[in-house]
Amino acid sequence: MVNLIWVFLAATGIIYAMFNGTMQDVNEAIFNSADDAVMLAIGLISVLVFWIGMMKIAEEAGLLRGLSKLFRPLFKRIFPEVPPDHPAMGYILSNFSANLFGLGNAATPMGIKAMNEMKKLNNNSTEASRSMITFLALNTSSVTLIPTTVIAIRMQYDSVTPTAIVGTTIIATLISTIGALCIDRLFYYRRIWRNEK
Amino acid sequence: MSIITTISTWIIPLIILLVLLAGTIKKVPTYETFVEGGKEGVQMAISLLPFLLGMMVSIAIFRSSGAMEGFVEFLAPVLQTLGVPADIVPLAVVRPVSGTAALAVTTDLIKEFGPDSFIGNLASTMQGSTDTTLYILTVYFGAVGIRKMGDALKVGLLADLIGIIASIIVCTYVFGS
Repeated sequence: MVNLIWVFLAATGIIYAMFNGTMQDVNEAIFNSADDAVMLAIGLISVLVFWIGMMKIAEEAGLLRGLSKLFRPLFKRIFPEVPPDHPAMGYILSNFSANLFGLGNAATPMGIKAMNEMKKLNNNSTEASRSMITFLALNTSSVTLIPTTVIAIRMQYDSVTPTAIVGTTIIATLISTIGALCIDRLFYYRRIWRNEK
Repeated sequence: MSIITTISTWIIPLIILLVLLAGTIKKVPTYETFVEGGKEGVQMAISLLPFLLGMMVSIAIFRSSGAMEGFVEFLAPVLQTLGVPADIVPLAVVRPVSGTAALAVTTDLIKEFGPDSFIGNLASTMQGSTDTTLYILTVYFGAVGIRKMGDALKVGLLADLIGIIASIIVCTYVFGS
């Protein structure tokens, strides 16, 4: 699926450019975006090193276990295949809390660690496990309490009420998260059903 | 407003303080543990690079050729019949694919219509309530080496659709049109 999307984006782009006369733009974009990707990855090094280092201390100090205990009842239901005492649960929760407070920088490293732990739970298979897909669904619908970036943009353009959208954002994000989890379950049962056939 | 700003500036340093103090109390060799974790971080960033680069180049080709605009124009009538305001269509289409593009579109809409207009509020809500599915998929699965993604992409994109519809309904209800 991701292979198809990848080729689709590039191939339609190039073919479109043939008729649209934008081949020069495409040429520039290829190398500029490759540059951007390297810059982005290098930029990620700083946050990844810092937060994964910090999280390692938190893990050794038992803070992650404490966090998982607090939210165990809810997340046990969302991630039935992750043992509640496993470090994966701690990372899932740290990622979730970081997203909640709009700390995207901190959320990504914790999310990657969570994925890593879930991969271990799945015998290091290169196939996405059920919990990984659920985790992804949770992240793409991103539960946010304070959309900091958006508020900043609104303030920049002299909004009278920059935080007016906080309420609507929370409601919309809650609906999309619940929806995402339902869809995730639906697809899971469909997989089981197919395997049984 | 000032409370929110204060919270967001205080929260990260406070988390760091908490982690460091807890580590020291529990007799964790803090600095060495930090360095060890940091090494993992470097590795992750490096292994992430090819995944990010491949995806970003592909998206850049799609965008710069004008195909993305064409795609939006093509989808606009369909989405409009579903009740999506015409001005918001580009954002709805771009949001799951490219985070930077979506942010650019949101900024543009806010500039064009004013942050407190209906479209401005709707764009803000839409931008804040979902995340870039393709980016998350690339980064999270790329960093840990997941090749078979299963239903992840479908689930993610459908979740975006729900988020977009939810934003429109909630904003229409709260801000009126």
